[in-house]
Amino acid sequence: MDAIISILFLGLAYAMILYLISVGLSVTMGLMGFVNLAHGVFAMAGGYITVTLMNRYGVSFGMALLVACVGVALLSIVLERSLYARLYGAGELEQVLFTIGLVFMAVAVVRKIWGPLPQPIAVPALLSGQINLGFRSFPTYRTFLIAVSLALTLALWLGIERTKFGARLRAAVDNRRMAESLGINTGQLFTLSFALGSGLAALGGGLGADILAIDPGYAMEYLVYFLMVVAVGGLGSIRGPFVAALLLGIGDTACKYLVPQLGAFFIYLAMIALLLWRPAGLFGRA
Amino acid sequence: MTIVLETIGLAKQFGALRVAHDIDFRLEAGARHALIGPNGAGKTTFVNLLSGRLAPSAGRILLNGTDVTGLPQAERVKRGLGRTFQINALFKGLPVLENVALATAEHAGFGGEMFRGIGARRDTIEQAFGLLELLGIADVAMRPVKELPYGQQRLVEIAIALALQPSVLLLDEPAAGVPSAENRIILDVIAQLPEAVAVLIIEHDMELVFRFAERITVLVQGAVLVEGTPAEIAADARVREVYLGERHS
Amino acid sequence: MAVDSPVAQLIHAHRLRPIELLPWVIGAAGYFLASGYLPLGSQIMIMILFALSLDLVLGYAGIVTLGQAAFFGVGAYAAGIYAVHVSGEPISGLLVGAAAAAIVGVVSGAIILRTGGLTLLMLTLAITSLLEAAANDATALTGGNDGLQGVAINPVLGLFDFDLYGRTAYLYCLAVLFFAWLFVRRLVHSPFGRSLVGIRENVVRMHAIGTPVRRRLLTAYTISAALAGIAGALLTQTTQFVGLTVLSFERSGEIVIMLVLGGTGRIYGAFIGAAIYMIAQDQLAEADPIFWDFWIGLLLVLIVLFARGGVLGLTDRLFLMMPRRR
Repeated sequence: MDAIISILFLGLAYAMILYLISVGLSVTMGLMGFVNLAHGVFAMAGGYITVTLMNRYGVSFGMALLVACVGVALLSIVLERSLYARLYGAGELEQVLFTIGLVFMAVAVVRKIWGPLPQPIAVPALLSGQINLGFRSFPTYRTFLIAVSLALTLALWLGIERTKFGARLRAAVDNRRMAESLGINTGQLFTLSFALGSGLAALGGGLGADILAIDPGYAMEYLVYFLMVVAVGGLGSIRGPFVAALLLGIGDTACKYLVPQLGAFFIYLAMIALLLWRPAGLFGRA
Repeated sequence: MTIVLETIGLAKQFGALRVAHDIDFRLEAGARHALIGPNGAGKTTFVNLLSGRLAPSAGRILLNGTDVTGLPQAERVKRGLGRTFQINALFKGLPVLENVALATAEHAGFGGEMFRGIGARRDTIEQAFGLLELLGIADVAMRPVKELPYGQQRLVEIAIALALQPSVLLLDEPAAGVPSAENRIILDVIAQLPEAVAVLIIEHDMELVFRFAERITVLVQGAVLVEGTPAEIAADARVREVYLGERHS
Repeated sequence: MAVDSPVAQLIHAHRLRPIELLPWVIGAAGYFLASGYLPLGSQIMIMILFALSLDLVLGYAGIVTLGQAAFFGVGAYAAGIYAVHVSGEPISGLLVGAAAAAIVGVVSGAIILRTGGLTLLMLTLAITSLLEAAANDATALTGGNDGLQGVAINPVLGLFDFDLYGRTAYLYCLAVLFFAWLFVRRLVHSPFGRSLVGIRENVVRMHAIGTPVRRRLLTAYTISAALAGIAGALLTQTTQFVGLTVLSFERSGEIVIMLVLGGTGRIYGAFIGAAIYMIAQDQLAEADPIFWDFWIGLLLVLIVLFARGGVLGLTDRLFLMMPRRR
């Protein structure tokens, strides 16, 4: 029983990070129909900025995360306007190749500047150790992670449901032409949601440095997981990736813990099964 | 008269949106049948249901007596159903001749041949060329379709449908937006279609409809309003009400 | 029918042109003139075959896949395991590799080809990752992480021993590539091949002319898998080793890059792209592996932005700019 709670807990933390990083990708792909395989680079950048600010410049954890989030969001705007915008109408293969090319370049640059080894993360003293949640003790950092991620998720969901921006976003994802004819500036919408998604990814990268190690291979290695969460969740959906992240994150953790020999298989088999059952994703539109 | 195409209670809905209501429709052998109705009435949806591009939510479709409701498009084509698309569905990068030749090869059962070159069945290509000559576009046979003006592209669309030698031909607004030169060609070709072929044409041009059709079905909001001879339709008050204020081209 | 008639033109477009023999002239010349580089030459030809297999599904049929390594790897392991446990005879080894890959191809294709877009892409990735994990686990059969060692190959046709200089390997690969090329060329210029192009260009229209689209795609996918399997088997036989990298995502990505570099849907794009990439990698990657990645990334970005048709696309454009010789 104790083991199960641990698994659920760890899996939940993992799932939350996956979700924070992947939700932006879901929106980008659903909204702009753009296969962005470079999304992991934003998470990676967030991780590197956070860690470097903390380690080399003694910036506090919270401040470092904030700078990473905003910095990456701004950077993504530049990237979107200058490069991505050119390829919105292009075919899938072109988008795949282009964004893979960006990943290669980013990975090479990162490797040159920071070296091939994973970055050490010093969890702030306040968040290290164990915390007693009444019935059991859990690692404080993971608890903090889950709490913050849930809070961000809730804020995101409320924002999408209640704000005008959210309404416009939902309309544009649903039917871009119709939204445009209603006067919604989809170009601006793209850029803003791209920035939002990238910022969240950066946060996820920084927060999750403990779970997804910050090394140059980050953008390529974990790309499959982000894509999985989005594909299984459903492109353009905000809730879908949440469920997918839970399924995949907790499932993967459980399998690796309980059935180590088959652990690696689970996540791929699960994805294949889920995608064949629902090709458009759990919450996607056919 | 034999019924070559029939729908029984055909219906289609997307969630809460019903685009086809309980449509009973009959197309006779050798028919010259027009389908008219205001924009958004569901005419193209109906054709998509007939051709198999859309699966119905309810109802049945019978082609030459066989129930084809569950059959994919390709199977219906093999059984003699051909169609044109309202928006051209062409191989833009390929030469005009090859666009049509792909269809003639497929119709001849040669489309899946892996080991003999396309020259082994020269007759299918010549057949395709013959159709280009019929439609007056033989001189642009080797030009890629994307280089052609819209009117000529529309002719290619028609040529492909004819290449299948269908016994039932569905034409979705074949002459819409087409300049007068090509328009005349299209109308001539339609007029000269073999008597044995049953033709269903969706059109907005009332002159064309009344000149061509022997029977007219009026579709409004996914349901059949009325069906009859051109004279009956012209005299029907409901039809005039539906078209009130609507200028025809 | 006059020679210039459109019907004749359409048919003649598929005739063998003299320049198509250039790769074989180069291949034969390479044997005599570049005797120090024969092992590299063999590897280039293996990659060309691999790229050809990808061209069939990606270039011609338009199926965007990042999972071609699955077939390459299955072929490689099948040939290796066959050599270790059954027989070191090379040609039957190739057939075993082809068959194993074809089986994986037809089974996975039947399941995933009804999807498209991102879903299909993900499924191809998942299948490759699954196979990689399986190969990693089945240590007894595959050698796991260390790879399959001791793959001894008998002389080709019982006569030509695999020598240290790679001479036999080179001619062996050249011969296999030649036959594969004949086969692919035939396929691509047949009605089947043209229908693949039709499916790529406008699948809706193909359905509407009665093409059994799924069947055609599955056939192309399976044939492509078999060819990739042969390429993998060749790798095993010429290097006498199989490692996990044959099933890696990098392997899939690399071959896509090679093909796009040369130009998709052109057969010869596979030749040009693989040759350029492998030679460049041989010369440059040793010097600075990190920046090799950077330049490849930049190359991809530039190709997509400015040269979508790859090298062949560029030569096409140059050709159009030259004055006509009529």
